[in-house]
Amino acid sequence: MSPASASNESESGSQATLLDADAIARVVKRLALEIVEQTGGTERLALVGVRRGGVPLAKRLADAIATVEGTEVPVGSVDISLYRDDAATALPDPKIGPSDVRFSVDGRDVVLVDDVLQTGRTIRAAIDCLLDYGRPRRIWLAVLCDRGGRELPIGADFVGRVLDVDATVKVDVVLEGPGEDRVTVRTRGSLAQPNAQPSAQPNAQPSASPSEPTEPSR
Amino acid sequence: MSERRFSQRHLTGIEGLSAADVLHVLDTAEAFFEVSRRPVRKVPTLRGKTILNLFYEASTRTRTSFELAGKRLSADVVNISVAQSSVSKGESLYDTVKTLEAMHPDVVVLRHEASGAAEYVAKRIRASVVNAGDGQHEHPTQALLDAFTIRRHKGKLDGLVVTICGDVMHSRVARSNALLLRLFGAEVRVVAPRTLMPVAMEQYGVRVLHELEPALEGADVVMVLRIQRERLQGALLPSMREYARTFGVNARTLAYAKPDALVMHPGPMNRGVEISSDVADGAQSAVLEQVEAGVAVRMAVLYLLAAEPGERAGG
Repeated sequence: MSPASASNESESGSQATLLDADAIARVVKRLALEIVEQTGGTERLALVGVRRGGVPLAKRLADAIATVEGTEVPVGSVDISLYRDDAATALPDPKIGPSDVRFSVDGRDVVLVDDVLQTGRTIRAAIDCLLDYGRPRRIWLAVLCDRGGRELPIGADFVGRVLDVDATVKVDVVLEGPGEDRVTVRTRGSLAQPNAQPSAQPNAQPSASPSEPTEPSR
Repeated sequence: MSERRFSQRHLTGIEGLSAADVLHVLDTAEAFFEVSRRPVRKVPTLRGKTILNLFYEASTRTRTSFELAGKRLSADVVNISVAQSSVSKGESLYDTVKTLEAMHPDVVVLRHEASGAAEYVAKRIRASVVNAGDGQHEHPTQALLDAFTIRRHKGKLDGLVVTICGDVMHSRVARSNALLLRLFGAEVRVVAPRTLMPVAMEQYGVRVLHELEPALEGADVVMVLRIQRERLQGALLPSMREYARTFGVNARTLAYAKPDALVMHPGPMNRGVEISSDVADGAQSAVLEQVEAGVAVRMAVLYLLAAEPGERAGG
């Protein structure tokens, strides 16, 4: 797992690839294992991607879980446009997509999946949306990148990478297909190299603290 | 930063809308259609917004549909009906609207017997105005929900043959539908007895016919209009039975349309007059779907009008 494997300069700043396709594949595999372990198997498990970035990641995780466990877990998606805390002032969104939850969430362990976690406002809205479909036993959160900058008391349970970057940095996640996948970090002007670290020590046993949410270590 | 794609501040008619505006409403309505099928049929989007339903004409389904739409968006919805308000004490539309404006509504939904009433109010009020039917002029949300229903079944609006049959004269639904469908280049035929066909209907780009069977020939969609008995006053039609025989949509006449033709009716239906019971309840009927689509489309319209564009926070 080697972060920041490539970087190139542009006139407006610099761009670095934080995760390439192989690295993303490994992260997805690890997250899938952690999810199954901590939620106690696949029996009650369901994945719900937050539109739009979280949807392809949720599918990847479901595929990875199917490979490991041999079971298909239900996958849905939620669109949070209608639940935003700025919904009545920042509207209308150019396009609202429908949410798609075709299974009962009652009593399930539902893992919300998003690509990048920042302020936490999206996740707050996603939780509200999910609760309109029923009463899960527990809602978990899995993200590919946690970039800090929280504005609400929300933490992820499963984290691909923790990024220590300021608000001006743009994190782009592309999940288009095995070869095209990448996470890039763009800085505007200054050349602050993102300080990226795996969310967990590679050698640490995952079972050491199964119920602890993975915290950014800074 | 989100760009405001819906170009209108009011919805007084289909006239003045672009095809892009219409598609934006229909696409938005798809998301709201799903909301109405959830265990909790409500989203918090318009919390703190106030919607006034001001109805000068009797209406159960349109008023209920708007009321449900507002409530499913978490707006505060107030219904004002003519019989129980100061309107019956002689207050003018202008004074009523000005009084209501002092209550700071965000959207006023207006049904009025005078053509142009919605436009009149829209020019004199800060709130957004939605026309829920003005005289014989327009009923835009009905046309939008019809288009929504058609698109769900046929996958498109362009290139379709749509026959609108019945009391075109008194029908704001016919006018709004013709305007909308022509925006997409659908072939629109209107068919009615001469006494129920307004002059210069051709200005809307529709084909005017006076015989049902050729008008239904090869139609993808058959829109049946209600015979508005309360407006006819006996002079325009010899009898309901004769109308049913010559212009009623039934199994025999529907056979002229395409086998998979969609049958629509804005309601309330006069069974056995403009539409037979077997067709109204038949496999091709979309009448009840139209009602469901109505709530979704009205949610979309209220959502697009009640909110102001602005900066968005990141996630």
